Amino acid sequence: MKYVGKSIKRVDGIKKVTGSLKYVDDMKFSRMLYAAVKRSPYAHARIVSINIEKAMAVKGVKDIITGDHYKKRAGLYLEDKNFLAVGKARYKGEAVAAVAAVSEDIAKEAVKLIEVEYEELTAVTNAIEAMKPGAPLVHPDLGEYKTAPIFFPKPGTNISNHYPLRKGDVENAFEEAEVVIDNKFYVPHVHHVTIETHTAVAQMDLDGSCTVWASCQSPFAVRQALSEAFDIPLNKMRVLSPAVGGGFGSKAGTTLEGIIIPLAKRNPGRPIKLTYSREDEFENTYVRQGMHATIKTAVNKNGKIIGLKNEFVWDGGAYNEYGVNIAKAAGYACAGPYDIDNIWTDSYCVYTNHPVGGPYRGFGMSELQFGIEQNLDIVAEKIGISPIEIRLINGLKPGGATATGEIVKISGLMECIEQVVEDINFEEKTESSKPNKVRGKGIACGWKAPSMPNNAASSAIIKLNEDGTAHLLVSVQDIGQGSDTVMTQIAAEMLSISPEKITIKTGDTDHTPYEWQTVASRMTYSTGRAVVEACKDVIDQLLELSQIKLGLYKRDLELRDGYVVSKIYPDRKVAIGDLALGLTFEDGSGIHGPIIGRGSFIPPNIRDADKKTGLGEHPVAYWTYGAQGVEVEVDLDTGQTKVLKVASCFDVGKVMNPQLLEAQVEGAIVQGMGTALFEELILKDGVLLNPSFVDYKIPTADDMPEMVIKFVENPEENGPYGARGVAEVAMVPSAPAIANAIYDATGIRLRTIPLTAERIFEKMKVLKRGRRGSCKNN
Amino acid sequence: MKKVINFTLNGEVVEHAVDTNKTLLKMLREDFELTGAKEGCGAGECGACTVIMNEKAVNSCLVLAVEIEGASITTIEGLTLDGILDPLQESFIDNAALQCGYCTPGMIMTAKVLLNENPHPTEEEIKEGISGNLCRCTGYKKIVEAIEKVANDNEE
Repeated sequence: MKYVGKSIKRVDGIKKVTGSLKYVDDMKFSRMLYAAVKRSPYAHARIVSINIEKAMAVKGVKDIITGDHYKKRAGLYLEDKNFLAVGKARYKGEAVAAVAAVSEDIAKEAVKLIEVEYEELTAVTNAIEAMKPGAPLVHPDLGEYKTAPIFFPKPGTNISNHYPLRKGDVENAFEEAEVVIDNKFYVPHVHHVTIETHTAVAQMDLDGSCTVWASCQSPFAVRQALSEAFDIPLNKMRVLSPAVGGGFGSKAGTTLEGIIIPLAKRNPGRPIKLTYSREDEFENTYVRQGMHATIKTAVNKNGKIIGLKNEFVWDGGAYNEYGVNIAKAAGYACAGPYDIDNIWTDSYCVYTNHPVGGPYRGFGMSELQFGIEQNLDIVAEKIGISPIEIRLINGLKPGGATATGEIVKISGLMECIEQVVEDINFEEKTESSKPNKVRGKGIACGWKAPSMPNNAASSAIIKLNEDGTAHLLVSVQDIGQGSDTVMTQIAAEMLSISPEKITIKTGDTDHTPYEWQTVASRMTYSTGRAVVEACKDVIDQLLELSQIKLGLYKRDLELRDGYVVSKIYPDRKVAIGDLALGLTFEDGSGIHGPIIGRGSFIPPNIRDADKKTGLGEHPVAYWTYGAQGVEVEVDLDTGQTKVLKVASCFDVGKVMNPQLLEAQVEGAIVQGMGTALFEELILKDGVLLNPSFVDYKIPTADDMPEMVIKFVENPEENGPYGARGVAEVAMVPSAPAIANAIYDATGIRLRTIPLTAERIFEKMKVLKRGRRGSCKNN
Repeated sequence: MKKVINFTLNGEVVEHAVDTNKTLLKMLREDFELTGAKEGCGAGECGACTVIMNEKAVNSCLVLAVEIEGASITTIEGLTLDGILDPLQESFIDNAALQCGYCTPGMIMTAKVLLNENPHPTEEEIKEGISGNLCRCTGYKKIVEAIEKVANDNEE
């Protein structure tokens, strides 16, 4: 192949390195107004009254709205939220009023003058407590909320979704087991930390049309949500996403767009802009949910796991419109990439008065695998086998069955484990040159499936130009992952023209074709297939015309470097540009007209799992498997951990662009390392204590480990050229592998993250006091 | 209140009346529509707003516009001369050292000053030099490689 599988340079590179790419906050419109938001200082409080009089009197203030102006609820899977609080505020920072003014400074000044009287309510700040009978209710009206039929809220409780999985005979497995092991793990809330904060501009015109420019991953999903929330028909609702400065899930749904549309509606013809500050970003956009895991394992002395009993409690925060689906995804994945016959799992999404949980790279898998992969190491040690052996014994192989009972057709997991064992040199213990430092190695596996509606659809349009160039229209958003480049490569390969001859256009619901969402690591697979189908449509039209033009059978023609060429007589050919507007005959007449290719795709035959048992033969499009091995060095004097090296291997089906894929995995590893070692949203009584880069650290260049990135390629049946997604899962094994390596080095297992120097140091002190010598065998 | 300031912006001498409470970043973005420098935090913690001021890399969100009287300011837009990319810009593309692109202008400006001051940095010096610029997408490896590549070309 000429373009697929090659390290083609990013097609958006020049615009990005020159600073000429316009992100939403870079856009300026005439007569633009600026919005600012009044927020609740309480985690849970009834709004008694709001007085806007003083704020309205400020010169330059045009309008102020409160929740009373738009009471209709919205939400992706469960309609549980208002864009501005109605009646009560459910988390600290929730929007209660918004100002539009001629400048940002005036808007912020006016916000300070809005007077809100609250009656503070008891805040629910622990998901486990929140599930207990008698706990204060975050959403007393849960029973009235509209929900997608695959989610099961429990009215009268804080449980927004319960996903049960019942497979085999768990009780019997635990009776028969030679060893039974119980473990608990906790993963705190963390934040995506895109470098670009959330930002949007909305404009309403008198003809009823509404235009929104938003830094968002999914213009069509945003269009749908806003259309429903504000009763604007889809043909009048246009969402554009010109560029996205990082997503990782945080820009998948709607956040601030719904705050400015009511202002735009009341001020037609005036674009209203709202850009979040970094503090806003930490407090008031989606966060990764906290998760409490209980994992009970029944295992035989040979290392075969025969039974599993799990409970996952997701701290979904104040609104669970998106989080309910994470609890479901965790249900599907509850056993990790391991073949276990008897499983009993309950996955609950629970309301609390915490920041709003939502999609974050991995969609629950990082939180899940953090426990599962450490549990495996604990089990292995208990029965006296190595971390590698237990994974080779139980890991999913072709012919095995996932937790839902789906028979595995393709899995390169074993190859991935073997590769990282080799690349990290797992069996060989290395020693630090410094006496106060110890080294250790750890391994963890990861897996993920796209979590999406069964019929999540993609489409693509290709317009051929007279000079043999083409426009490719799709609505996958390049949020950094490189989709613009990979989609261009696919079209170039299919049409046999160079990537420079293709211009890709994305992110405009009025002009680019439907795409469900840019999430779920499904773009190369799903949109990529739509591009393939659109190219086939173009090729079919070209060959149809060429057989008339050349007097040769269609079956003997193919596309080669910008021409339709005879496979038999290579000198007989016609330039594709000459057919772009149709076929013209010698007398000047023509047929067919412009060539426009159309491609659509829905992954075939995905069906819901059974409501009662959670079992399903094919509930997801595919699973992506992989593993990472890690070497760490821990400073015994300070507790500080340095990740020295990470070896990674995933089964991606087909490497579409080696350089970009490697780059994406490197980013994932470092992001995973951040969550393992220092990232945590510190919440006290529902209040976020560290909403800044000073207090919430993300990795810098100084923290970067050595990285060895490998792939295996077992082709995916329906993926373009056999490709499947890997963007998210690449960060999933990083944190548990680091935790396992720290245990190997020090004998310390904390069962929570982040594994900060302070926590490790404290634990070392305790262990030293209790017993001299090695502290292993937690 | 406005104050008239004189400075050099991307090689051009400029006289400009600016609000005295405006930061250099806001002035560049709002008054000159030079939007390559981004606001990632507004507190000097992420480096997305980095520009070059008198041959030093500065967080333009921490500099008041009135402070630049007489100074020479170069933004990412001024790095491309006569339509030709700077070797660092070329190298970032060649080495896939950018993803979402939001930190990229600031990162390149920091790297530019780093190489001006130290044309042959070690890997550790590069890592330390750019550690004030946050990137969430790349994991930094390819950024370090892109800068190393330009440094190596300097040597030849």
